[in-house]
Amino acid sequence: MKQKIRIAAGQGFWGDLPDAPVRQVEGGPIDYLMLDYLAEVTMSIMQKQKARDPNAGYARDFVPLMRRILPACVERGIKVTANAGGVNVRGCANAVIDVARDLGLAGKVRIGIVTGDDIMLRIDELLSRGVELRNMDTGAPLSTVRDQIQSANAYLGASPLVEALNQGAQIVITGRATDTGLTLAPLIHEFGWSNNDWNRLAAGTIAGHIIECGAQASGGNCQYEWRSIPNLADVGFPIVEASPDGTFVITKHERTGGWIVIPSIKEQLVYEMGDPREYITPDCIADFTTVRLEYEGRDRVRVYGIEGRPATEFLKVSISYSAGFKAVGTLVYAWPDAYDKAQAADRILRRRLDRLGLKFEQVLTEFVGVSATHGPLAGPPHPDIPEVQLRVGVRGQDRSAIERFTKEIAPLILTGPPAVTGFAGGRPKVEEIVAYWPALIPKEEIKPVVEVLET
Amino acid sequence: MKVQLTKLAHARSGDKGDTANIGLIALHDELYPILVREVTAERVKQHFKGICHGEVERFELPNIGALNFLLHESLGGGGTLSLMTDAQGKTFSTALLRMEIEISQQEATDLHG
Repeated sequence: MKQKIRIAAGQGFWGDLPDAPVRQVEGGPIDYLMLDYLAEVTMSIMQKQKARDPNAGYARDFVPLMRRILPACVERGIKVTANAGGVNVRGCANAVIDVARDLGLAGKVRIGIVTGDDIMLRIDELLSRGVELRNMDTGAPLSTVRDQIQSANAYLGASPLVEALNQGAQIVITGRATDTGLTLAPLIHEFGWSNNDWNRLAAGTIAGHIIECGAQASGGNCQYEWRSIPNLADVGFPIVEASPDGTFVITKHERTGGWIVIPSIKEQLVYEMGDPREYITPDCIADFTTVRLEYEGRDRVRVYGIEGRPATEFLKVSISYSAGFKAVGTLVYAWPDAYDKAQAADRILRRRLDRLGLKFEQVLTEFVGVSATHGPLAGPPHPDIPEVQLRVGVRGQDRSAIERFTKEIAPLILTGPPAVTGFAGGRPKVEEIVAYWPALIPKEEIKPVVEVLET
Repeated sequence: MKVQLTKLAHARSGDKGDTANIGLIALHDELYPILVREVTAERVKQHFKGICHGEVERFELPNIGALNFLLHESLGGGGTLSLMTDAQGKTFSTALLRMEIEISQQEATDLHG
């Protein structure tokens, strides 16, 4: 058994720095590359893409990335865990297999795929058996939005990924697997942790949490002494250097920018945190109040002491559903009296919308430069403020009402207060809202399927 | 005397649906008890008046000198439903750091010493 495993984060979300995974592979020694592509509503976007093209429905960026890094991964034995498969895991795997053959690597790499997370076609059957899939936030039963559902996936944990690695997969592609499972699985596979070793499973989970947002652990979006953070232009993404006992060090490649300091790790620990004693995943419950941090050298923070508890009997389900339409229009008002003018324009716009009799679920006005982020906490703006952006958003079920709203923004330039600009982009776009419905499902309802494909 | 939280803490915030979370982290371990004493859920609720329309919950992480706050009903419906510029609550962190809290003369001396 290896005494140290290095897992490198390459993507914190779908659309993160394209070269980050390449730099992780080329910048120094790693054993695993972990790529997190799926945000909460990503699955619905992929479902739409698949409806238009049966070969689509996964993170397409993953395929050209593999073309760039697969030779180095094969040569150096670097394994990859990625939830790039979206709603078409097999399609994604086939595209990677084609790449491997193109590169002359046929027979040299095995692709593991994990499916069984997609329950879109089982919704009616589940509802009819009394699995209500109530919204975890509002308590509403799923039947209230049944006809609007666009995708439904259970969050799978580390176990099926471990199975794929145990069967010799070098690249493991999943659909809706948890972000933390992508890091935990390699540790279970390499160190042989048992599935009730709650402290170690919690440690691997928290390691995953720390690196799952990429550079947000290594200096990106770091408030602590932000002016002192070196060379963010070349920011190094975080790497977990884990030991069999469940302790680990967060570090990054040498000669990269950013920093690994205790404050940057603390900021990432509390990111999107609920009850810190109960960080629930399919694999365990991790207790963030047991985490200990200490320096082990420059850009090296040791994490230890982590405790965990048994996993729950449920998996979280990510359901997306159509929830109407929205549009946002903006205009910029300049000195003098920029804020007064923006407010006057808002009043004029609202009077016109009223007269048209348009029905919206919500109309929201914000004044960027005055109060858009901190609201009343920001206090009154400077009377000589150089410019203010008026930003008006509307939301509703009636697409035509939203369309009509988008035609009322540009006319304000010639029919409203003066010294206004900033309308180069044309009419605001009407966007379909795909909303997120979190629910729980008993674990026994979900049967992950693992296959290992030859190239 | 009054002091702004930004002198004592740093923070990161994010979202879970319509709930914003703010992790408030003491700049030094010795400052953590002041945060525990002064930055109560009630004070945070009051601070975010007009922004947070639901309950505020507070959790303690003494091991890293941090408090975690959940501000329910704060993000205009949350996620893709929200029309807000900051639908993900990313800037709630510094909004909290605007808060002024009361510290003793001794604590002020320690802070600047």
